[in-house]
Amino acid sequence: MATIEVAGMLLERDPEGFLLHTEQWTPEIAEDIASECGIPELTPRHWQVVEFMRERYLASGTAPSIRSLGKESEVPIKELYQLFPKGPAKLAAKIGGIPKPRGCI
Amino acid sequence: MTQLLDEIEHSQEAVAEPVQKVSIVVSKGSLEGIYPALIMANGARMEGIDADLFFTFFGLDAIRKDRQAKIRVATVGNPGMHVPTIVGAIPGISWLATKMMSGQMEQLDIPPIAEFIELIHDSGGGIYACHASVEMFELEEGDFVPQLDGILTVGEFYDRSAGAQIIFT
Repeated sequence: MATIEVAGMLLERDPEGFLLHTEQWTPEIAEDIASECGIPELTPRHWQVVEFMRERYLASGTAPSIRSLGKESEVPIKELYQLFPKGPAKLAAKIGGIPKPRGCI
Repeated sequence: MTQLLDEIEHSQEAVAEPVQKVSIVVSKGSLEGIYPALIMANGARMEGIDADLFFTFFGLDAIRKDRQAKIRVATVGNPGMHVPTIVGAIPGISWLATKMMSGQMEQLDIPPIAEFIELIHDSGGGIYACHASVEMFELEEGDFVPQLDGILTVGEFYDRSAGAQIIFT
């Protein structure tokens, strides 16, 4: 099992790198995972998406679709893909410490 | 023996190269002919995979201004519908089936075709029309939705598809 070490804590992750225990997440972990995913710095726009994903997941138990991410996060689809070129929903979920979104949309 | 096993493992790893790019050909103009391609193209972009959609023959209806909102489920000649052909042929049945299916899709957060094409385009997916079909139906660029990235000949399509998996639907 993959793990990530942040501030002396060893956190369990699934084979794709998603945190297994979402409650262990901290903003420092987010920065570490982001740079691992090829995003050297999380800008306020990145944070807006990551926080939206995390809040929605914690409130409803499922991560939002790319469609609702584009409509409700106040970051339009084009910009989402500029911020997270390798897949906005997937990367923002990983950086936000929540499970990989399982929907097809 | 261990070395041999290692080699086998390595060769299997080489085979399991991740998909980098897909080119999806849409040749049918029914709801069930169009949606799978759109879901696959959008799904590719969500995984960071490059995606192009190439609309040909009746598939062009998905990007035609005058037809996009009129895409219907095929209720005749579609055994998957499980209704007798004569029932499927009753006027309005195709409209009704489409309305029901669209309602279900909306619940699953699957957008209507126009919005879906826009979503894929904004995600960086390419939207292309087939040159031969455009000529055959006597259309021009202005007949298509603004997301159209171009009208390609089959040769240009293959050029663009270099290194891609080509999927025909």
